[in-house]
Amino acid sequence: MKIRGKTWKFGNDIDTDAIIPARYLNTTDPGELAAHCMEDADPQFASRVGRGDIIAAGKNFGCGSSREHAPIAIKAAGISCVVAHSFARIFYRNAFNMGLPILECPEGAERILTGDELEIDLDSGVIENRTRNETYLAQAIAPFMQKLLRAGGLMEYVREQMAEQMAAWKTEDR
Amino acid sequence: MPKTISEKILADHAGRPEVFPEELVEVRVDFAFGNDITAPLAIEAFRRAGAKKVFDRERISLIPDHFIPNKDIASAIQARMLAEFAKEFDLPYYFEVGRMGVEHALLPEQGLVLPGDVVVGADSHTCTYGALGAFATGVGSTDLAAAMITGRIWFKAPPSIKFIYKGKLRPWVGGKDLILYTIGRIGVEGARYRAMEFAGETIDSLPMADRLSMCNMAIEAGAKVGIITPDSITEAYVSARAKRPYKFYNSDPEAVYEAVYEWDMSDIEPMVALPHSPQNVKQVTEIAETPIDQVVIGSCTNGRLEDLRLAASVMKGRKVARGVRCIVIPATQRVYLEAMEEGLLETFIEAEAVVSTPTCGPCLGGHMGILAPGESAVATTNRNFVGRMGHVESKVYLSNPAVAAASAILGHIAHPREVLN
Repeated sequence: MKIRGKTWKFGNDIDTDAIIPARYLNTTDPGELAAHCMEDADPQFASRVGRGDIIAAGKNFGCGSSREHAPIAIKAAGISCVVAHSFARIFYRNAFNMGLPILECPEGAERILTGDELEIDLDSGVIENRTRNETYLAQAIAPFMQKLLRAGGLMEYVREQMAEQMAAWKTEDR
Repeated sequence: MPKTISEKILADHAGRPEVFPEELVEVRVDFAFGNDITAPLAIEAFRRAGAKKVFDRERISLIPDHFIPNKDIASAIQARMLAEFAKEFDLPYYFEVGRMGVEHALLPEQGLVLPGDVVVGADSHTCTYGALGAFATGVGSTDLAAAMITGRIWFKAPPSIKFIYKGKLRPWVGGKDLILYTIGRIGVEGARYRAMEFAGETIDSLPMADRLSMCNMAIEAGAKVGIITPDSITEAYVSARAKRPYKFYNSDPEAVYEAVYEWDMSDIEPMVALPHSPQNVKQVTEIAETPIDQVVIGSCTNGRLEDLRLAASVMKGRKVARGVRCIVIPATQRVYLEAMEEGLLETFIEAEAVVSTPTCGPCLGGHMGILAPGESAVATTNRNFVGRMGHVESKVYLSNPAVAAASAILGHIAHPREVLN
């Protein structure tokens, strides 16, 4: 699967309060969450981001809370992929569970700047920076995570598994 | 092969002889829970999956604690989703206002999370229960939904980092200071995806409340879990309250660690994390005189009875400084009652602090103590990100309860001995 889009660049340690402040967590509506996406890091972001755009960021993107509202807000804002030097672990899980593609790529995270046009091949992890004529290779997505993405997210994977495994689990000695 | 406590718990729960770091394992879950912010998404995912029952009604808890008592209509609607779900599936551990507490104070207090457990909670501070010797970690709502349905979850087994603390702590230095010191040393991603194992003679004599505060903030270093090998202090804490059998695991002496840090703690002063990151740590004496507008004493990090005792011992017979609001929030109903019986609440009220019903409220900028632009707070909470307690131009300093209480009395960040001398 290939993604093409314009980049918004953020720094290190972008926390989940910056991605979606807690004051907006009294709703689960993706559209409402998207309207406040990245608000405390860049108040203009939500009104200026375009469908298919890409976020690039530094280390530890998504640190802090476990709120799944963070990847939901990013996805609903139209972001097609997040490329970062590294991700906080709960955010990393949540993104895959939500079907938001994310790639770890230290070199790309360093070089990419706001406005750069990227073309990303999610299967190979190759990121082409059309603006700078550069190519970066992101860390490959683990086979199990690829299985989740192929299934369409965790709940879809669970649904597949439920039928075959529930019976066995129920009889297991707890 | 020698193993760490985390690897042993995961192996047992995966039904395998052993697991190795970085290995993906599917494990049995002993306890799963969510709150009024995260559970609504989990309930929606649960229903979308077409699930008709939960894996075990006695191993699931729903705890409205973040925006409760309901702060607005939207929050009330979210909280009601939990009540309705609990009723539909007859969940005994749904904690309504009046029975509830801040989840990470409540679940250990109630004996619902225990040594040797695998616990998943849709809240990042689920790592608190590592203090009991459990493998406990925060997950998202969809992971919680899957765990509620199947009673299982997949993990990448984390490599472990060992932190050995030596020396006797000085007065007014406790678990909160140890973990702030640690985060200051290794940074907010210093233990990303890792298990932080806390050990050494300082930990051996550290009371359970302090251990809970320490493990609570493992996530602020990016860790998957913070864990302490259970001992006689653990046994004394859990034996009286455990709702089910539990098991003590320990790390083998020859277990493999990705890194080992060994620090002498005997000279450290109380620590404060400056805005806007838990890694911006200084000794309180380095930043004394910083003026403040608000103090919050409470939260899953420091809202236990022992924390309130510390704060009260500093505030007794004194008044909160003019121009400072001091908000004290006992973390659970039981803590509230015991603090009342011990006369602590009287001390706070006579000092002109306010005492609130249990809630996460101000910690995450929800309600009950939001900061205006330009205001600063000292809080015993766990995060001081931009806008965490209110306006993006407000500031939060993280400290232990004694430093927070001293700061409330003097109106600026202060070492407790400044008040008591």
